Amino acid sequence: MAHAVTAADTLEEKLTQELGYDDHFHEHHHGDKFQSNFLTTYIFSTDHKIIARQFLITGIFWAFVGAAMSIVFRLQLGFPEADMAWLKPILGKWITVNDAGIGKLDPEFYYSLVTMHGTILVFFVLTAGLSGTFANLLIPLQIGARDMASPLLNAFSYWFFFLAGVVMFLSLFLSTGPFSGGWTAYPPLSALPQASDGSKAGMTMWIVGMALFIVSSLLGGINYITTILNLRTKGMNMWRMPLTIWAILVTAILGVLSFPVLLSGVLLLMFDRSMGTSFYLSEIVVGGQILDRIGGSPVLFQHLFWFLGHPEVYIIILPSMGIVSEVLSVHARKPIFGYRAMIYSILAIGFLSFIVWAHHMFMAGVNPFISNFFVVFTLIIAVPSAIKVFNWISTIYGSNFRFNAASLFAVGFVSMFISGGLTGIFLGNSAIDIQMHDTYFVVAHFHIVMGIAAFFGMFAGIYHWFPKMFSRFMNETLGKIHFWGTLIGAYAIFWPMHYTGMAGVPRRYYSIENFDSFKHFVDLNKFITVAAIVVFFLQILFIINFFYSIFSGRKLTVKNPWGSNTLEWTTPIQPGHGNWPGNIPTVQRWSYDYGKGGEEFIPQFVPLKEGEHDHGH
Amino acid sequence: MGAIPSPEYNQSKILPQKLALWVGIGSMVMMFAAFTSAYVVRRSAGNWLEFKLPDIFFLNTVVIVMSSVTLHYAYTSFKKGKEKWYKGLLIATFLLGILFVVLQYKGWQAMTDIGATFTVNPSSSFIYVISGIHAAHVLGGIAALIVAMVHAFVLPFRPTARRRQRFELVCQYWHFVDVLWIYLIGFFLTQS
Repeated sequence: MAHAVTAADTLEEKLTQELGYDDHFHEHHHGDKFQSNFLTTYIFSTDHKIIARQFLITGIFWAFVGAAMSIVFRLQLGFPEADMAWLKPILGKWITVNDAGIGKLDPEFYYSLVTMHGTILVFFVLTAGLSGTFANLLIPLQIGARDMASPLLNAFSYWFFFLAGVVMFLSLFLSTGPFSGGWTAYPPLSALPQASDGSKAGMTMWIVGMALFIVSSLLGGINYITTILNLRTKGMNMWRMPLTIWAILVTAILGVLSFPVLLSGVLLLMFDRSMGTSFYLSEIVVGGQILDRIGGSPVLFQHLFWFLGHPEVYIIILPSMGIVSEVLSVHARKPIFGYRAMIYSILAIGFLSFIVWAHHMFMAGVNPFISNFFVVFTLIIAVPSAIKVFNWISTIYGSNFRFNAASLFAVGFVSMFISGGLTGIFLGNSAIDIQMHDTYFVVAHFHIVMGIAAFFGMFAGIYHWFPKMFSRFMNETLGKIHFWGTLIGAYAIFWPMHYTGMAGVPRRYYSIENFDSFKHFVDLNKFITVAAIVVFFLQILFIINFFYSIFSGRKLTVKNPWGSNTLEWTTPIQPGHGNWPGNIPTVQRWSYDYGKGGEEFIPQFVPLKEGEHDHGH
Repeated sequence: MGAIPSPEYNQSKILPQKLALWVGIGSMVMMFAAFTSAYVVRRSAGNWLEFKLPDIFFLNTVVIVMSSVTLHYAYTSFKKGKEKWYKGLLIATFLLGILFVVLQYKGWQAMTDIGATFTVNPSSSFIYVISGIHAAHVLGGIAALIVAMVHAFVLPFRPTARRRQRFELVCQYWHFVDVLWIYLIGFFLTQS
């Protein structure tokens, strides 16, 4: 690492040398012992940038698996009469071919697919894949740190996630099939192996996988919080931090406080399954046999599950909100509108997320009087959410907007968040929930507001920071096709589900063709399935673009391709271990000085001019 | 541990590892808060077997409080450079820690003897599970104490800032599992 004192040929290098913080980094490592061979560089790395890429690529793998599963069960829903024998080479015995040679998807396996699709997408893709990627990549780079507080724990965080994935993946190949009781794993179905095939070894592996995943998530979260609170560079006070970091901080706090509660719930479930306790079981008849397990309460598990489960949906959406705020501001070339309001909204959403969990249980026998309390707090979440939406729109309003894949996905996020958020107001009312619960209306709501929206935020982040991650750009044309196709396709999939849901079509059913009242939805279901298949292939286009661009994308030739203010763009084009070869830049201003005083952008390391006011403070 | 940045450019004075441990303690608190609130919710639903907690658990409370005291004095001895006291009190803490786990086991046996078995009713199941998971956390603390003892007996005695910080992490965690147990025993007492 030859970097002692080189000629300062740009303003940035000059300022970093003069004002930057010298932490004697270069004196600690003679040569780079952490990146000495392929294995330590790319596999067992403790460098946060590599770990971020590991999370991202593992997340992409899981997204592919989870999406492929949804295509299989969408085929069953859209074309229940169709011959699925062609899937036999992949799904094996889960396709039953009858005498006429017509292949049918095994109903038990249909439930497994739905369950695994939920588990994989919620936890492995939109929690680990999203938070893991951007927290690891952006925290040290944007706050000006050499690495995470504990790079070793950070690496453990990834490897626990990897192990969780291995366990979950292997459960797909069990002879009794993976867990099939829904991603929420409600007892008694999940607690009694005799209740269904999926509740046998599949459920045991699901629990083990989830326990490993929770460990991963806690190790990561502890690290993110510590790093953000403790390792910010000089001048980077909390009110100068980019909104990405604020969002990730609150996400990590939510995770650290809520995942242990799920762990408690899952541990009790484990004891019920294997040690004969009755925390969740009482007076059950299964298979004509009366069990002697009494005294438990299945609703107790729902309380413990949703105490995590609700913060979990904000764990999914907050990083995307942070990414979108940053990407919109950079590409609108305007400061983010209402920076402080954005932060207070994030904090408010984080706080409220802990006191609304029972809105998932309105129909589970919860006292209707107590439900009122949860209705009110649920609806209050609309306020900080609306503030954020208003601010995003105001940020791009009247701007000289740069339309590229990253910024388009950020705008798409706002669109999805509005559409999905509005249906949340319906579902948050316990009275309307009597009609709507467990229908496709719910499916449409959460897929749009936290599924598609979180994905859009993730795509915006990937297109925006791809140059930082791989020193190359992704293909813009393919990116724009990806965006428009996915935007239209996602609405085509989920918009019609609102209508089927309002008519009462229940979710998770293997088939609705036997119900007279739903007969007229047969064509609509076909349409949804076709749209889902199109969107699926568009995501494959994205994956091709992603991997092709890693090796052959257009090369990054300047440090700061987007003209962005944040510190990650002051690192070398291919940042090494420690991120900055010499001094760490110090921060002189907030991160959103775009179009100020006649200048297009003023990076964070540029000192304030005389009499200039810092907005962040 | 890789590139832990030098503390000198920390804005706050707290050591990153200590802050990380505090955050970790926060998440452990949430886990036990979940267990104890599950206990309350489940108890209020009725069908609840009442039984008297065996006295051995109270004896045990004394043991773990004592271990915290010995560890605290091991730490002050370390700071004052009293090597013998430091080493002796560290061993005493370790033995008290082991004694705590053994006595917990005896306590579970005593519960089984009076008919409050693991599976008879959630009221006893909860005690086994909560105190068992607490004991697992104590075992983690004992592992940390073993590391501290290796430092004490293998390395030459030198009360450097780095050694002190490492020892402080052990103390922080051990006092946490102590306070956690005091909370749990108090909870069991007020609830049963």
